[in-house]
Amino acid sequence: MVFFMAERVLMKGNEALAEAAIRAGCRNFFGYPITPQTELAAYMAKRMPKIGGTYLQAESEIAAINMVLGAASAGVRAMTSSSSPGVSLKTEGISYMAGSDLPALIINVQRGGPGLGGIQPSQSDYWQATRAPGHGDLHVLVFAPSSVQEMVDLVSKAYDLADNYRMPAMILADGMLGQMMEPVVLSDESDKPLPKKEWAACGHNNERKHNIINSLYLTASELERLVKERFERYKVIEEKEPMFENYCTDDAEYIVVAYGATSRIAKAAVKEARSEGIKVGLVRPITLWPFPKKAMAAAAENAKAFLCVEMSMGQMIDDVKLAINCKCPVGFFGHTGGVIPTPAEVLEEIKKMAKA
Amino acid sequence: MAVVFKKPSALTDMPTHYCPGCTHGIIHRLVAEVIDELGIEGKTVGIAPVGCAVMAYNYFACDMIEAPHGRAPAVATGVKRSLPGNVVFTYQGDGDLAAIGTAETVHSATRGENITVIFVNNAIYGMTGGQMAPTTLPGQVTQTTPYGRDVKVAGYPVRICEMVSTLDGTAYAERVAVDCVKNVNKAKKAIKKAFQTQLEGKGFSIVEVVSACPTNWGLAPNDALEWLRNNMLPYYPLGVYKDKTEEVKE
Amino acid sequence: MKDMNAILAGFGGQGILFMGKVIAYAGLFDNREVSWLPSYGPEMRGGTANCSVCISDDPICSPLVNNPNVLIVMNLPSFDKFIDKVVPGGIVIIDSTLIDKKVQRDDITAYYVPATALAEENGMKGLANIILMGKMMSVTNFCTKETMQKTLEKIIPPKKQHLIPKNMSAVELGINA
Repeated sequence: MVFFMAERVLMKGNEALAEAAIRAGCRNFFGYPITPQTELAAYMAKRMPKIGGTYLQAESEIAAINMVLGAASAGVRAMTSSSSPGVSLKTEGISYMAGSDLPALIINVQRGGPGLGGIQPSQSDYWQATRAPGHGDLHVLVFAPSSVQEMVDLVSKAYDLADNYRMPAMILADGMLGQMMEPVVLSDESDKPLPKKEWAACGHNNERKHNIINSLYLTASELERLVKERFERYKVIEEKEPMFENYCTDDAEYIVVAYGATSRIAKAAVKEARSEGIKVGLVRPITLWPFPKKAMAAAAENAKAFLCVEMSMGQMIDDVKLAINCKCPVGFFGHTGGVIPTPAEVLEEIKKMAKA
Repeated sequence: MAVVFKKPSALTDMPTHYCPGCTHGIIHRLVAEVIDELGIEGKTVGIAPVGCAVMAYNYFACDMIEAPHGRAPAVATGVKRSLPGNVVFTYQGDGDLAAIGTAETVHSATRGENITVIFVNNAIYGMTGGQMAPTTLPGQVTQTTPYGRDVKVAGYPVRICEMVSTLDGTAYAERVAVDCVKNVNKAKKAIKKAFQTQLEGKGFSIVEVVSACPTNWGLAPNDALEWLRNNMLPYYPLGVYKDKTEEVKE
Repeated sequence: MKDMNAILAGFGGQGILFMGKVIAYAGLFDNREVSWLPSYGPEMRGGTANCSVCISDDPICSPLVNNPNVLIVMNLPSFDKFIDKVVPGGIVIIDSTLIDKKVQRDDITAYYVPATALAEENGMKGLANIILMGKMMSVTNFCTKETMQKTLEKIIPPKKQHLIPKNMSAVELGINA
């Protein structure tokens, strides 16, 4: 498919993620088939050979993430994509990349868990993404798009921040966003220069001392120094990079918090509740790490109650409570993988909250 | 005064941490000499394993990456696909390459990944203190086979050269040893050929180096080499297992 | 129709998802907000298939349609599954060749189109979906014939462009059905 600049086209979320990555300079994709992210890999398989890039189907998720580790070490923009069970396998590589200060992009088109779970949309990897994307003291940047257009925009953002802060970034999508088609405008970023990576292991060309990409530090104090250094960087990120959207929050007495596909459903419910005179608003985290704590706290200023809506058993609710310092009660409504909440159900919960 | 023997420039000045009598030092030197002779240090990227050679990144003077356990061939794949003009090698032990990393080894070979693998087989896990390796011989005593490797319980050793030579993507596979001068010289020739195979774009090359681990075998260095000859070489015969380098490319 | 929230449902192989894409593209060419969401199961062939399609002048909130104001059904299980979900005042278009049930509700408008039979009779085998979509055009005005022509030109691959006139005839047949 050939696109013209600024043309509005209809694309599946999975395909849009792939095209956006290519436009952001990614020429190395390593994947392994898993539903519901398959279209992403298929798109890459079709496009990469035509633009001199690499699409490689690895022998496992583990191999795929380590190929990404290699490509990222070499200094190029690399990517892998998977869905929940596959991302569990990638956590090894993610930890090593975090420990080696390597930028890369990992896509998780979430499905239901635990175990093999299901293949329907879910948000039950929130804990994994924000708490333990790998062993050790580490964070990865976590972006949660809620539309196909935002998937496109956040891919480019994720690469830039990953390069800037030298750390892995994750797009936490779900099967619904991955499978749905919406209009998108893709920008042409081919002129945008990619950042220089002096640290890369790409051959020293007899011009400098050898570069070492490594996460092993056997001297405890040295390891601690590096981890602390990394956490100083994390502090800056928590200060500067949180992203969120406020909808009808200005005079809101009640706040719904939802991200990703679920936020679309929550927004429909908020809209309906507003038409019925309930002063309710929506705070939608766009970055899950860093979590938009200040936005939550600001919304809590005049709020009587919060409601967290998720496609999980309530994995984000603790972050909301911490962000607002338990200033008001935080309720929860959600379903697990594949049982997608309906706007009517959320509206019902909003009404209950407003009556309480 | 004329210098007649010096450190290859592809090795750094860092003193190695290897035990007395360990053959890693010899193999490092051979790889470095080959890199020097081919004049490729500036465009070489090495991948260190997890195991005794984990800190190889400090010893080789080319750019180095330390991979997760067993994943060196996958990391090498990522590097080589990103930088096809560079030379990429992995340096791996038997636990790394033939147990936890078997899938990565087999699949990088069958893809014909244009990389070079230096596989150090000393029939034991060294760094963790002498546990059974996938290449531990039947009857061999280790920390985790205290009564000797019982094949009824622990199965049989893996012969990597034999296995990967069945794969179409493998261009060159040879097993060598570093127990005596003659074999060390042969080992260097094999390592050089492996790198040349890559430079000529012919596909996956692997050199298995049968090595000694005096510390964990509980033997003096010379006795360890003797044990290697008497026990390992019969199970792991030396020689070329695959050589497609002379074939005309289609 | 200002906000169209449609569910299209039937068996796999009836072109349900394709019909949804055509409708969504038509909305796109009219510069409106659109979304298309398939329900996906493990089976690659056969089985039931349905999709949600929204067209609106405002940004679309939930792309998942729970209560459609337009429903097209091409098999009995889909009829049974969705008929009570249609909002009052909504529209249902039924392939009456494949479904002999009648709608029992009086708060929705039902159109019975023997689309599969019409397709067979007119040498348009496999275009029952397009006939039903034509009917949907005439009763909802979700797009004009000109937009539909443009849409088909855009989304039918170059090698199959010769099929456009036949598709447009199917649309016409549906409009007049």
